[in-house]
Amino acid sequence: MFLRDTLLNRLRRGCETLAYPHGPAPALPDRHGGALRLDAARCPLDCAACVAVCPTQAITRLPTEPTALDLGRCIFCAECVRVCPAGAITQTGDHRMAARHREDLVLGAPGREQLRLAEALGEQLRNLFGRSLRLRQVSAGGCNACEADTNVLSTIGWDLGRFGIQFVASPRHADGLLITGPVSQNMELALEKTYAAVPDPKVVIAVGACAIAGGPFRGNPPIRDGASPCVPVDLYIPGCPPHPLTILDGLLRLLSPAGIPASF
Amino acid sequence: MNPTPAFALLTNGTALPWAEVPAWPMPEFLDQVGASLTRGGRLSSLFGVPMSEGGALQLVAVLAFDASNTLAVGRSQPFTGTFPALTVHHPQAHLFEREIWEQHGAVPQGHPWLKPVRQDHGAGPAVGEFFRVDGREVHEVAVGPVHAGIIEPGHFRFQCAGEEVLHLEIALGYQHRGVEEALPGGPHRASVHQIETLAGDTTIAHATAYAGVLEALAGTEAPLRAQWLRAIALELERLANHTGDLGALAGDVAFLPTASACGKIRGDFLNLTALLCGNRFGRGLVRPGGCAWELEPERLARLRAGLDTALRDVQQAAAWLWDATAVRARFENTGRLEASQAREIGLVGPAARACGLVRDVRFDHPTGWYRFAQVPVSVWPDGDVFARARVRWLEIQRAGEFLRELFDTAPDGPLHLPLPPPAPNTLAVALVEGWRGEVCHVALTNAQGRLHRYKLTDPSFHNWTGLALALRGQAISDFPLCNKSFNLSYCGFDL
Ligand code: SF4
Repeated sequence: MFLRDTLLNRLRRGCETLAYPHGPAPALPDRHGGALRLDAARCPLDCAACVAVCPTQAITRLPTEPTALDLGRCIFCAECVRVCPAGAITQTGDHRMAARHREDLVLGAPGREQLRLAEALGEQLRNLFGRSLRLRQVSAGGCNACEADTNVLSTIGWDLGRFGIQFVASPRHADGLLITGPVSQNMELALEKTYAAVPDPKVVIAVGACAIAGGPFRGNPPIRDGASPCVPVDLYIPGCPPHPLTILDGLLRLLSPAGIPASF
Repeated sequence: MNPTPAFALLTNGTALPWAEVPAWPMPEFLDQVGASLTRGGRLSSLFGVPMSEGGALQLVAVLAFDASNTLAVGRSQPFTGTFPALTVHHPQAHLFEREIWEQHGAVPQGHPWLKPVRQDHGAGPAVGEFFRVDGREVHEVAVGPVHAGIIEPGHFRFQCAGEEVLHLEIALGYQHRGVEEALPGGPHRASVHQIETLAGDTTIAHATAYAGVLEALAGTEAPLRAQWLRAIALELERLANHTGDLGALAGDVAFLPTASACGKIRGDFLNLTALLCGNRFGRGLVRPGGCAWELEPERLARLRAGLDTALRDVQQAAAWLWDATAVRARFENTGRLEASQAREIGLVGPAARACGLVRDVRFDHPTGWYRFAQVPVSVWPDGDVFARARVRWLEIQRAGEFLRELFDTAPDGPLHLPLPPPAPNTLAVALVEGWRGEVCHVALTNAQGRLHRYKLTDPSFHNWTGLALALRGQAISDFPLCNKSFNLSYCGFDL
């Protein structure tokens, strides 16, 4: 009985995989807000309202420099947006946030009102990984939200496999690591060993505020404030957790200058 | 099942002056706690409170008397050094006593298996003695901390005779981020965010318990409308996770129709939470003093429509699962736990209800909106994987009905009110029935009204032992299925 039911139901529902990236990207939830933008030129003299409310010390204001906001530390609580008297910090609604270099996530300097999006891997690595990227995921103190929103990419709605990207069980079968969590001291050794077990050349992707810089746990003694003190990171994907769309955009960005891998 | 009168009694989500918590000399304290447990009390939490000066320690026990809807609190007088282990007669204390030893150095004498709970003392949680079975045919299997799949880390050590598991020991602590240690002196600016990410899939339950504790310390309650919204968010969290679990269980027995469908529907439920506050896990919604995002009529209409669709889809996906004899054959009699075992180790949540135990904080110790509207307790008697899947399915249906009821009974009024400062030298307790079971937060303030001690107990803290017991006598190849049927939190345990 269930066989007929299942088949009929499948037929009725049709293809459930989203049209993106050929079609338009699905909208973020309206209260999500997306990436932040900082127009530091608007900051009133002597104002530090945002610095005082930010739970992750993502915002700094030194007397001689423009205000700086580090999207790598940010958990997107939007407190700063609410308290800013001048509208200097705003939400762009943009889901794209992945960056190749840590400093590309720091906003505020003239011309750097928004983050600098990741460029693709060099040609050599792209030739290697562009059609087939196998990742080993390591949760190192992750709270299971970044893990869940990475996992969801393999469901029928997102179907990560169509881009040639797959999560594998052994680091020996992997081209790189996808790390979540602030890297607890108790996971440091396991992370280093897993990294060492991935054959060269390899890529490392840090997903979420914790893996980039410790997230809400930054400064707690039992953590290392992110993956980069332990392993070299090639791609940073901010968020708490990043929306699945943000993670997907980051992965695709890495594999192709056009944001759509060659195999697709 | 009434508590010993000498305990201080309180209801869930309330506070009392620290001076009113009875303090007994250690032997008497342990007698009182032991006698209450013998008479059917449940150990919701047991922890040490360091004295401000002098290095002495007091033990605090929070007991739940589910049938009489009462919580009881008592404490020992300050002591140093050792105390006789409760675990010898009351196994449900075993992890709490290990934790007290690890956190404060006080030795529970006679504890049968005294090991660290989550810290490594420099070497890594899995380094050290494991329980071993000897014999020519016996072999040991070690798995983790890094597992196959996208999953948190932990270490499992199996003692096997051939395929059969004789004993499983679970070593956790890899996820330890120091959440509890960071709270004294607070609440700090990051505190609410650390609580929300304590166990990321249980954001709403932990944030609600945290808010409940701070509100009780301030001698107030969240406005009604916020309590209503918190109940909506809590049930959405339950729906998302239970649906994901049904899919994962189906996946583990290679029943792909339900596995693929539930993977997507879980996301649909998460998107409903994102409709409330922008975040799929509910971050930023619950705040001490109320909720941060209003649910206007237009948004409520969208929520209602989205819920109807997702419930219809999950109904279909579950129907396939229950129809398939191949699934039943794998679920039934796998990973069985007896009700007596569940009671002895203090199991909570769906895992306990799947052993026939009627325990549900929403029913036994209702706070917030659950005082005005009830969800029936979902129970199944058999204690196996089938029962744990079945309880989840019952809870999905009842959460759906409950939400529809909630949608029609929205109270008016403010959503958030400024929170008065916490009262000094006061103890507050808040229990919330998260989707995995009882979330317990206990806070004690100092003379300045800052947090002196904050004790967090995730349901997983009670339930990992249940998984270990369920594995006895099973084929080791059934571990993934049994593990999924509990689906416990690593970070919630590791703090
Ligand atoms: S949105 Fe980011 S930068 Fe702004 S206050 Fe929150 S964490 Fe800090």
